[in-house]
Amino acid sequence: MIPELGHFALILALAVALVQGTLPLIGAARGDARLMALGSTAALTQALLVIVAFAALTQAYVTSDFSVANVVANSHSAKPLVYKISGVWGNHEGSMLLWALILAVFGAAVALFGANLPDTLRARVLAIQALIGMGFLAFLLFTSNPFERLSPAPADGNGLNPLLQDPGLAFHPPLLYLGYVGFSVTYAFAIAALLEGRVDPAWARWVRPWTLAAWCFLTLGIALGSWWAYYILGWGGFWFWDPVENASLMPWLAGTALLHSAIVVEKRDALKSWTVLLAILAFSLSLLGTFLVRSGVLTSVHAFAQDPARGLYILAFLLTVTGGGLALYAWRAPKLTSSGLFQPISREGALILNNLLLCTLAVTVLLGTLYPLFLDLLTGNKVSVGPPFFNATFVPLCAPLFAALCVGPFLGWKRAELWPALQQLRIAFFVAVVAAIVAAVAIDSRSTLAAVAFGFGVWLIMGSLVEFAGRLRLGRAPWSESLRRLRATPRASLGMTISHAALGVVVLGAVATGAWHLEVIETLKPGEKTRIAGYDVTLVRVDNVQGPNYVAERAILAVTVGGRPFTILEPERRLFTVQRRQVAETAIHSNGLRDLYAALGEGDRNTGWVVRLYLNPLAPWIWLGAALCAFGGFVSLSDRRLRIGAPSRRPAVQAAE
Amino acid sequence: MSRRLLFLLPLATLALMAGFFAWSLMAGRDPASIGSVMVGRPAPRLDLRALRDGDKPLTDAMLRTGKPTIVNFFASWCTPCLAEHPLFTRLAQRDGAVIIGVAWKNKPEEARAWLAKLGDPFLHAGQDFDGRTGLDWGLSGVPETYLIDGNGIVRFHFRGPITEKDVRDTVLPFLKGGKP
Amino acid sequence: MRCAVTLLLMALLALPALAVEPSEMLKDPALEARAREIGQALRCVVCQNQSIDDSAAEVARDMRRAVRERLSAGDSDTQVFDFMVARYGDYVLLKPPFKLGTLLLWLGAPLVLLIAAAAIMLTALRRRATAPLPPLSDEERERLRSLLGR
Repeated sequence: MIPELGHFALILALAVALVQGTLPLIGAARGDARLMALGSTAALTQALLVIVAFAALTQAYVTSDFSVANVVANSHSAKPLVYKISGVWGNHEGSMLLWALILAVFGAAVALFGANLPDTLRARVLAIQALIGMGFLAFLLFTSNPFERLSPAPADGNGLNPLLQDPGLAFHPPLLYLGYVGFSVTYAFAIAALLEGRVDPAWARWVRPWTLAAWCFLTLGIALGSWWAYYILGWGGFWFWDPVENASLMPWLAGTALLHSAIVVEKRDALKSWTVLLAILAFSLSLLGTFLVRSGVLTSVHAFAQDPARGLYILAFLLTVTGGGLALYAWRAPKLTSSGLFQPISREGALILNNLLLCTLAVTVLLGTLYPLFLDLLTGNKVSVGPPFFNATFVPLCAPLFAALCVGPFLGWKRAELWPALQQLRIAFFVAVVAAIVAAVAIDSRSTLAAVAFGFGVWLIMGSLVEFAGRLRLGRAPWSESLRRLRATPRASLGMTISHAALGVVVLGAVATGAWHLEVIETLKPGEKTRIAGYDVTLVRVDNVQGPNYVAERAILAVTVGGRPFTILEPERRLFTVQRRQVAETAIHSNGLRDLYAALGEGDRNTGWVVRLYLNPLAPWIWLGAALCAFGGFVSLSDRRLRIGAPSRRPAVQAAE
Repeated sequence: MSRRLLFLLPLATLALMAGFFAWSLMAGRDPASIGSVMVGRPAPRLDLRALRDGDKPLTDAMLRTGKPTIVNFFASWCTPCLAEHPLFTRLAQRDGAVIIGVAWKNKPEEARAWLAKLGDPFLHAGQDFDGRTGLDWGLSGVPETYLIDGNGIVRFHFRGPITEKDVRDTVLPFLKGGKP
Repeated sequence: MRCAVTLLLMALLALPALAVEPSEMLKDPALEARAREIGQALRCVVCQNQSIDDSAAEVARDMRRAVRERLSAGDSDTQVFDFMVARYGDYVLLKPPFKLGTLLLWLGAPLVLLIAAAAIMLTALRRRATAPLPPLSDEERERLRSLLGR
């Protein structure tokens, strides 16, 4: 009964979306206030209906209702409750439902918080949002119905993929989707602006919180995915340039570019058509990622089961959304004229450079991801594009980006001098160079590149802090004055400083782990010991463990330093009994500055077990930095100007600050 | 006008990409296919101990007899090999195909027992216990099958089990014509 | 290929057997380090996106052994890569070679960067040359009038 209710709610939601996607648009075109007002009501209703549908599916999972085919295929009664819930989106149909849910909730949020938007703009944004929603709801209902019944119901289910039965991966998809889908709002704003033929500072300010929110969630989602890969894959890597990782990186890069270019629209009424394009692209790249993962055009470690019919549907959808948006762009964007003039050396110029480099990075990832497909189709030649390619192309492009990143905030709008800005940064530069030299001499004399990259990380942190200190006149004014300035600092600038410095933290973590990790791989019998960077590691014994839905071998590794007990690491190798699959469960001892990482390989009592040990310096900083980066975004999001955020549309050009 | 064209550029790029995606989906391109560089080249070195007692060891000469030859890498532990095995048996018995079998990463006694149970279609059979020959042949796993013409040139390379359709469309015409 | 509709993490299935094993390693640490580096640049041909260094597949193990045998026999890194390409094609290289077919892959992004940068600079120059002065506002016109004493 409840699954049917869910199914019915989905059908109703589609009908409501149809209303929401058409009537408000007509209303906005004709200036009919009643039709426009329909948008908000419909958005709230649609969200409610999709919530009901999602709750219905969750209920089927939680109660292990094996008359529902989707539950049978992806759940098992012996599974812990949390993974029964995460199983809802651990499969194609359920994850699409989650998309639809988040999409509808974002629509409702626009309706709820969009009171300050002009009626026509709000109506149009909600309508576009509903049109996208229609695509997803129709996709669900016609090709991927999660509520399909199975008769007769089997006694138990096939269980969830063991790799998904992990806290990291359980919550990775919702965060990622919050990011992807959040860009749909940005997209809707861009399309609405093109329809209205009007992009101005007020528009930029309205879009900003949505872009920021989406960007923060995407940052967290990517970081969580990377963290998961780090501790589950068992060889200490954290980023593999897998097509699915790339698919999430592209919208992130476009979204980051958008965040920055929108500032120029907001403050200087320039770069309009470019910003609108980025807003369309950020969401398009999110959809592209979904297409790549689900259509089977690329293989990936994470690819969903492949189905050409679904692939064609998503392709058609991608083409409609992106193509429609870009066609509208080609038609209307040339009319968007910018009034703000500026010199190349200026804040605007710096932000353009930022956009240029971020977009080149996105193109690099796009080409690297899709080139094997293109080449195979055109010539039949097979090539692989893997980490060494990206290390040779993506990483060097980051250098100018990082170098310029710290300089930009020192440049004034319209026209600025480079030299004074650089002079203010001389302390940061000095510290960065010293750090690089120390790294090259003391840590690793072989890899100069790693040392330089390390210097860049320090530069990012120092440069951001110096800028912030300058803003507070720290040390040059009395403490009370600095404190007063700190209180008066807009949250947006505080957020910027945090996020920029956090990027430096990520760089330090990534460089140190990537270049300077230590590795020991040895076969140990119980009682035997090995040594890694001053830690003596003894394999005490290997236990057989019975989990809720798996059996495992658990190694007890006693770690001592100079004969004193330090910690015990307990890596496991789990065999999930339902799926007959093995999963490594690594053991990590982290002190915030380095991870001591252990994974258990194959073996037995006679030959001993293969034990892999890693010492990953600064590894925790990668995720700490990413979380801090997102935190900076949230701080910026809490800015008063955005919350009240009611800039009345000024009739003409906004004066420069 | 040129400014307008600039604004069409994103749309054009999308159209190009979508074209490729549609092509890929319609053509049923298998993204997991890794291709083969062996086709069109002389067959790699073959120098293996015989699988069956009293047999001759495998040599390069066996691939240059003037007759088209099939080389099949298999293993008794490989499930897909079970599926394709009857096809080889039929090719040998009904169509008189020359088939050389190579047991890859397989204990000889297990491979022999497997053949004894399922039937032995191989004119010659060798053992590649450590997989070195497989590596020389660009093997990615078992089963894989190579069609080699009378001059010892590789004409086809199947990765994975051959099917009834492969036999009908490729193997039989190859055996008759000696050329694809 | 077409399994149930779940996340297919195929390459990871065999994971706990965990890649490079102690028994495979070379005694000479310098040679072993070279072998590891080469291993990380060679693709496991039956995996989704793993290097042979990270893979537990049978063929990856054979390839690791071959890499170490070639190195021990005195091959240069290039010779080892050529050895693998002769057997598995360019597909085996995680960093595609720079040649005609991969020209766009290697140069695409830098080209986009150059063209975009050039376009931006041209636009900026042209704008500077042709930018009309913004029309005077009413206020300014008023002041001008008063200044000119009309």
